[in-house]
Amino acid sequence: MQGSTIDPAQTVLNYHHTESAATHHHEHPDFRVMGIIVFLVAEGMIFLGLFMAYLTFRAVAPTWPPEGTPELELLLPGVNTVILISSSFVIHNAEPAIKSNDVKGLQKWFAITAAMGAIFLVGQLYEYFHLEFGLTSNLFASTFYVLTGFHGLHVLFGLILILAVLCDRANPGITPTPNTSASKLLRSTGTSSMSSGFSCLSCSIC
Amino acid sequence: MTQAQLQETANLPAHSPEPGGTNWRTYFTFSTDHKVIGIQYLVTTFFFYLVGGALATAVRTELATPESDFVSREVYNGLFTVHATVMIFLWIVPAVTGGFGNFLVPLLIGARDMAFPRLNALAFWMIPPAGILLLCSFFVGSPGAGWTSYPPLSLTYDKAGEAIWILSVLVLGTSSIMAAVNFIVTIFMMRVPGMTLNRMPLFCWAMLATSALALLGTPVLAGALILLAFDLIVGTAFFNPTGGGDPVVYQHMFWFYSHPAVYIMILPVFGMISEILPVHARKPIFGYKAIAYSSIAISFLGLIVWAHHMFTSGTPPWLRMFFMINTMIIAVPTGIKVFSWLATIWGGKLRLNSAMLFAMGFISMFVIGGISGVMVASVPFDIHVHDTYFIVAHIHYVLFGGSVFGMYAGLYHWFPKMTGR
Ligand SMILES: [Cu+2]
Repeated sequence: MQGSTIDPAQTVLNYHHTESAATHHHEHPDFRVMGIIVFLVAEGMIFLGLFMAYLTFRAVAPTWPPEGTPELELLLPGVNTVILISSSFVIHNAEPAIKSNDVKGLQKWFAITAAMGAIFLVGQLYEYFHLEFGLTSNLFASTFYVLTGFHGLHVLFGLILILAVLCDRANPGITPTPNTSASKLLRSTGTSSMSSGFSCLSCSIC
Repeated sequence: MTQAQLQETANLPAHSPEPGGTNWRTYFTFSTDHKVIGIQYLVTTFFFYLVGGALATAVRTELATPESDFVSREVYNGLFTVHATVMIFLWIVPAVTGGFGNFLVPLLIGARDMAFPRLNALAFWMIPPAGILLLCSFFVGSPGAGWTSYPPLSLTYDKAGEAIWILSVLVLGTSSIMAAVNFIVTIFMMRVPGMTLNRMPLFCWAMLATSALALLGTPVLAGALILLAFDLIVGTAFFNPTGGGDPVVYQHMFWFYSHPAVYIMILPVFGMISEILPVHARKPIFGYKAIAYSSIAISFLGLIVWAHHMFTSGTPPWLRMFFMINTMIIAVPTGIKVFSWLATIWGGKLRLNSAMLFAMGFISMFVIGGISGVMVASVPFDIHVHDTYFIVAHIHYVLFGGSVFGMYAGLYHWFPKMTGR
């Protein structure tokens, strides 16, 4: 079946059929960390694609932002960006707590991170409702809303994940193994929110 | 593997010895068994293959006479649009990756299942609703802008049909990204001890290269379709020149996925052919490493050739040159594969059964598709044949003579393994 370089004596098929049992899914080693990292590559590609579109619109347009676009207020988005980027450092404080199996410490740092994410989202919504342009005002406005909106969705997704782990931790009787991987999972989401935080910053400045 | 061993594996029960066994009802459930999911994919996609074939038959019937006498013009546009979308997104892509990939990869690397069995089941169950949704677009005014859905044409067409098309392709793309994540993690993390990457069956190399393309390309298509949906439904002007937008940006984003999509559809088939030929030629594969690494090379080069679909879109000459040269370079790793296959069957004791005949048919048809691909890669030739039947023929040599022949070869080859018959 292989026809390739594998020695038939140790062929995988034999291995599989002696060991095969689809009933033991839960005994898999945990691949969620690698899974989430691979997924983040895909998510990064959506942002890359949208960003490239934005940069092209900008490069092709005779004036950018187009004539008549109201000035963007930078203070609120600036503060918001600082909060979001700091949150990815805050969540790293939970790591020692996880290693020493300190549930209270973990809950504290995750709760602070979640609160910071929530503040960012509320700030973004506030900004949306107080801007002088709408989604369809001009190309700049549309790009602004779609890109920041996507980023907001991404933050919301991370926030939900953090809250899910928090609720999970509230249940007693959890074995320590999944928690360690959950922390790595969250660390990678934290890092990604940091990088997209930077892109959001550059977007609001442009 | 000898014939005796092949028979022996074929006689083993096809499905895991679950308590109570696998009965037909399992195939209609949210099963997390990779073999059940593989069969679910293959049967579902084969159904959509028949639907796509019926649509093509309607297109050819309409074309039998010059007048528009079989269907209306709008329905005709819908027929070829949905034909292409069904064949690409509901037949070849899910069949070669989700179908053969799910069934074979865990078996070939000695894993018990895929890394994320529930994600796997979810990825499959997104396909039937998306397919039914797409076909339902005929009831509300079918999408008529072709499977490429270029704006501004796609924005001036029937809005409901186009919106349904976008939604359906977004769902199918999400399913494809989920499958890609699953394959990458499975292949990297779950190989049986002692199976280094360089001892991995060639089909797994092909699936690795394919999954990388799906992972990197599909999100960009999703980005393009989301912007298109905003233009279509909300009235933004991303791709609308009258509002300052740029339709060519859509083309770049679309082809950044859709050129690699051709490799998503053909690389797993390359992998299957590399598994099938040695068995029926009764000789080991020629150039294992060359075939394995050429899959990776194709995957990498496939990401930097997309604008060869845009030679007539006002692309600047230096960019045309860049994409023309890159495209032609892809013929090198592809040629390496073809020559290795020929060297594999050269001097072999061929068993000309159905699987082998389809595999050899694949090689000859695919070579025609590949060589016509080099022709259309050349700018001076392409600007004359762009959007003509030459391109239609080229893509059908690659996808029908290539992918579909290869899938038939795989079906005949692995049918005993899949069914226990
Ligand atoms: Cu192409």
